[in-house]
Amino acid sequence: MHLVMRSARSVVSPRLGCSIVTLATVLLLWYAVTGLTGMVSAARLPSPLDVWQALVQVTVEGYADGRLDQHIVQSVKLVLYGFLTATVSGVPLGLWMGQSRRAQAFLNPIFIMLRPIPPLAWIPLAIVWLGLGDAAKVMVIWFAAFVPSVINSFAGVRNLDPSLIEAAEMLGLRRSQFVREVMIPGALPMIFTGLRLSLQASWTTLVAGELIGAVRGLGHLLTQGSLDIFPAMIVVAMLTVALCGWLMTVLLGLIERRSMPWRPSR
Amino acid sequence: MKLPMKLHHIARSEMDPVSIVRQTDAAHAAHRRRLARKSASEARGGVTRRSTLWALSAAGLITFFGIWWLAAAAQLIPAMFLPTPLAVAQRFVDLLTHPFVGFTLEQHLWSSLQRYLMGVLLAMAVGVPLGLMMGWFRWLDYIVSPLFETLRFIAPIAWVPFAALWFGTSVGGPVLIIFAGAFPPCVVNAYRGAKQVDERLLEAARMLGLSNRMIVCEVLLPGALPAVVAGLRVAAGLGWMSLVGAELIVASSGIGYMMVKGQAAVDTATVMSAMIAIGMVGAVIDLLLGRTEAFAMRHRRRARQ
Repeated sequence: MHLVMRSARSVVSPRLGCSIVTLATVLLLWYAVTGLTGMVSAARLPSPLDVWQALVQVTVEGYADGRLDQHIVQSVKLVLYGFLTATVSGVPLGLWMGQSRRAQAFLNPIFIMLRPIPPLAWIPLAIVWLGLGDAAKVMVIWFAAFVPSVINSFAGVRNLDPSLIEAAEMLGLRRSQFVREVMIPGALPMIFTGLRLSLQASWTTLVAGELIGAVRGLGHLLTQGSLDIFPAMIVVAMLTVALCGWLMTVLLGLIERRSMPWRPSR
Repeated sequence: MKLPMKLHHIARSEMDPVSIVRQTDAAHAAHRRRLARKSASEARGGVTRRSTLWALSAAGLITFFGIWWLAAAAQLIPAMFLPTPLAVAQRFVDLLTHPFVGFTLEQHLWSSLQRYLMGVLLAMAVGVPLGLMMGWFRWLDYIVSPLFETLRFIAPIAWVPFAALWFGTSVGGPVLIIFAGAFPPCVVNAYRGAKQVDERLLEAARMLGLSNRMIVCEVLLPGALPAVVAGLRVAAGLGWMSLVGAELIVASSGIGYMMVKGQAAVDTATVMSAMIAIGMVGAVIDLLLGRTEAFAMRHRRRARQ
């Protein structure tokens, strides 16, 4: 009931109305300068109609060795492999570093050393080691997603309210209880922040990896579109990447809200 | 103060975890020491002495390089794919004087830095004023936010085909991609900074009859400064990463181009040297902006104490 009321109020909010009007205006303007008057040549910026046709073409007939759904499945699969392995390996490592000074002392220097190297810089090395296949991309995505998930879980444990830790100590919680009841719930907000950053990094890395070499996937669609000088297809690929990234972020937000029911929903 | 949901969402995601760790390091050590004073057994078990921690840090690094060196020296992985750390260091020094694909390492770095500065400075020059104005004028916020939110989800690297299409191989291509990477954090943080300015201060300034120009210079800008500088730091990092990505794909010089050529020649030592150089420059940029951030925050911290 509460939810329904909230959404009903937001429908009439001036912000949303303004958003719709702005986006519609921009679409019209875009159409006016490209398709209608041809002020900007179609080789530089495609008109919305071209983009629609390219979208139909890639969904029905396929383009760059596959239909749109095949490209999407390929890309989402790689992102999920890399992201999930990074989460499973990174979050526990970060939690461990957060609660043990010794683990921190042992592992942190290595992180400090490797962290400034941007994930995209690992792509050539991954290609040398693993070739142009899926394995190289998963490795780079894993690395890109690994660092934020470790560092944010680490900071999440460190950011725990000291009075909570003291209370837990006073109440004589066992180690396992402390981890389960205090540490993980307390660190969850930061962990999810880290996961969101990881997810963004995963998508960026995926696109870069697929641009450099792939036989299928959204990045390959981009490359093929740019090789054929087919700007409408480039726009379709860009929008699809953005949409997929956005959907996965929304999904992660839903999981975040589900796993922290005690936090007031925004 | 309530930020609109979406921008608030990003703003929260850019809390710097490293600074949290650094700030809590000392507090946690003190806490442990205080506990330890209470019981002798905990003094032995709970607190690790500083020398032990240093030894562990050294051990961590030695383990890392040791595994690398062992795997390379014992030829578990062919030297072509995994050179020893020493070989990489030698190659790094070698590249400083001997050109690879036309330029030495520092010449590649210099041409990368030029592009980087152009892209990042452009992003800052456009993004920060835009963000501040979005925070100040509601109508601009309503107009720009939906567009910004739509475009923000396009990964900076995805602009590569258009960069090639619009600018060919000229300097404009990489600059566009760096701009695409560095622009969003500039806007978001300047916006957040402008929104965070204390309402009471604004009211007081208006009551005291300050002109609009004075309010902007004396209240709005100083109030927004810390958030703006924090945004610049994030932008600088993302811009550097976008530069590397852009140069891997569209460039004929620069550190990323050097990596691609090293990769094509299966010259792993060169690729690793370039990675080290990228990491070092990235770290220096982050350090400089971290100092600037601390400088911009100095009043705030004093006020809070």
